[in-house]
Amino acid sequence: MYLFYFALQAEVEETLKRIEAHKGVIGTIVVNAEGIPIRTTLDNSTTVQYAGLLRHLTMKARSTVRDIDPQNDLTFLRIRSKKHEIMVAPENDFLLIVIQNPCE
Amino acid sequence: MMLDEWALIKPADQLELTEAELKEEITRVLTANNPHAPQNIVRWSFKERTYKPILVIDQLAVHFVMEGSLVHQDSDEGRRQMAKEGVLEETLTVDTGVGFDEEEPETSVKINKHFAELNSDIYSSASKTDKKELKITNQFNFSERASQTLNNPLRDKSCHTEPPPRSNFSATATQWEIYDAYVEELQKQEKNKEKQKAIQTKENDDKSKKIMLMETQSNDVTKVGKAAKILERMVNQNLFDDIIQDFKYFEDESDEFRGQKGTLLPLWKFHYDKSRGLSVTALCWNKKYQDLFAVGMGSYDFNKQGHGMLVFYTLKNPSFPEYIYLTTSGVLCLDIHDQHSYLVAVGFYDGCVAVYNLKQKGAEPVYKSTAKTGKHTDPVWQVHWQNDDMDNNHNFYSVSSDGRVVSWTLVKNELVFTDIIRLTLNGVISEGPEGAQQPYIACGTAFDFHKQIDYLFLVGTEEGKIHKCSKTYSSQFLETYDAHSMAVDTVKWNHYHPKVFISCSSDWTVKIWDHTINTPVFTFDLNVAVGDVSWAPYSSTVFAAVTTDGTVHVFDLSINKYEALCQQSVVAKKTKLTHLEFNPIHPIIIVGDDRGYIISLKLSPNLRKEPKVRAVQSFQTRISADLQNYILFREDKVMPDIHYSGPTKHGRKQMAH
Repeated sequence: MYLFYFALQAEVEETLKRIEAHKGVIGTIVVNAEGIPIRTTLDNSTTVQYAGLLRHLTMKARSTVRDIDPQNDLTFLRIRSKKHEIMVAPENDFLLIVIQNPCE
Repeated sequence: MMLDEWALIKPADQLELTEAELKEEITRVLTANNPHAPQNIVRWSFKERTYKPILVIDQLAVHFVMEGSLVHQDSDEGRRQMAKEGVLEETLTVDTGVGFDEEEPETSVKINKHFAELNSDIYSSASKTDKKELKITNQFNFSERASQTLNNPLRDKSCHTEPPPRSNFSATATQWEIYDAYVEELQKQEKNKEKQKAIQTKENDDKSKKIMLMETQSNDVTKVGKAAKILERMVNQNLFDDIIQDFKYFEDESDEFRGQKGTLLPLWKFHYDKSRGLSVTALCWNKKYQDLFAVGMGSYDFNKQGHGMLVFYTLKNPSFPEYIYLTTSGVLCLDIHDQHSYLVAVGFYDGCVAVYNLKQKGAEPVYKSTAKTGKHTDPVWQVHWQNDDMDNNHNFYSVSSDGRVVSWTLVKNELVFTDIIRLTLNGVISEGPEGAQQPYIACGTAFDFHKQIDYLFLVGTEEGKIHKCSKTYSSQFLETYDAHSMAVDTVKWNHYHPKVFISCSSDWTVKIWDHTINTPVFTFDLNVAVGDVSWAPYSSTVFAAVTTDGTVHVFDLSINKYEALCQQSVVAKKTKLTHLEFNPIHPIIIVGDDRGYIISLKLSPNLRKEPKVRAVQSFQTRISADLQNYILFREDKVMPDIHYSGPTKHGRKQMAH
């Protein structure tokens, strides 16, 4: 059981590393259920800023979706800005944030 | 004079009356009427609904009233009072009566006597009630004494306690929060029900607790496992945005000026770093998830056999495989189940066949043939899933160069094999001793099953022959075509036309056959060894072939029967293309080369012309007519064979007895 768990962990780690290795990817952040960034490739202050703001935004967006239909749920959030694309995936109260420069 | 002096002094304004006036008598009458009483009091009468004057008016005027408090001692009232108030009254009379003593001694004596009698009465009555009633104050020597005491001054005492902790709570209940609360409650109820049912299975709890502990770790990255996978695809989508746009929307407009010719547009290129040194030996699209395909990796070089690999790619993530399985022997062929797209049958160079289940984690196949369970003794060149058998067991066929076509059935934990046919050179299985059988074996390299007729299938051999066989009896071939001068690489039935099949070989040719005719209908010489050929799923007349010089050839027989519409080199020189597969719905093909690369190519509009609607209809009616004819034909010709084969077998058994 433990082995299986570690294999799973390694698989996710590998996936995240692959994402980071792609060109144009500026950073990835994993935010846990309490809102604390547990894994990041950005510097501290940027991470905290992204994590805090995007968590609020995601919560709000989720609340909106669920208010319209309680059986519905938010699965992904893609924010296309002039400079970047910010992709947010809420899963099990965790957040996975990837910031990419799609023009590169 | 004196009189004058004392004359009445009159005020100056006094009325002067004459003598006569003075003597006049004025009479005044006293009446009982009160002059101040009002005469005109009226009251509202509800009875007559008018104001009515009140006639009777009280004329009494009282000027002074005083109530007397003295009662005569001897009067009736006085006696009554004395009797009522009793002693007190009398003592008073006694006390006050001291002064009278001298004047009326007799009466006082009387009173005293009377008193003594009374007293004795009281004492007797007191002695009776003494024990129970309150002590009666001394009637004779009693004085009330009042005194004032000091009141204690009032004092206030107050102190501060620490206030109980307070906190403000405010929330807005949204609709979904309410919904969640209800769902949670429901689940709780269900759990309680389950608990009551499953008290016996307590042992399992410990294990699940451990898992729970693992899961509650707050820094667990695995919680975003699925999200990470999808985000990887998103990142790839952004990276390969131009290719995705081409895949979806680009239609080569230059086709209009090219006449009938068409082009291939390279899209994604798939490669996995760890598969270096391996070549693509098999390709197969997933029928259910049309963006997913499987790639078998191994080697066609007899001297360089080693490990192999089975990888799955999706068009959504060209940069990394979706699934990876390492194998000890090179993969030579694979097939994905049509209905159960998670089941993948694989044939290996070492003669094993295996079934992988994509749903189950783990690097090992769920089924694998062993030497005990009828494993092939030579490389397995093709595997093909069949419809489930009568017991709903999944099963597939395999062909190998050891000359056997074997049916494998997935039963619980093992693969059960059945030999369907043994290929021989001359088409007749010799019944001699086993040793003598060896030289006659032919090596199967490819096979394909008829799309409509379940039992019919074709087998291509290393000698270049193609045999038409039936699953139902293994004693002989229905037909043998002298197809090629070298090994048959691929043989495939047409998707639409039930009679037509295609074959290709390293002898540079692609041939199209009508299975009722012994000679090929078309022969195309491509001037280089042909690796693979495949019919297009969208049209009965389109097919594509790959050759070892790295060229993809696309033909459409309805447009040009002699030349390819497109001959395009898609890889660097010296790279050989090995396999090719059409996507079931999208207008793209994937080709694999001997360096482990897979290239996806989009067919230009000229290469994917679908037959005209009217033509399709007539074509389909023709097909069904053909099919019926064919079945009739089969019944005529083959049935006697079956009858014939029955008795002989029976006879043989009898002989053996």
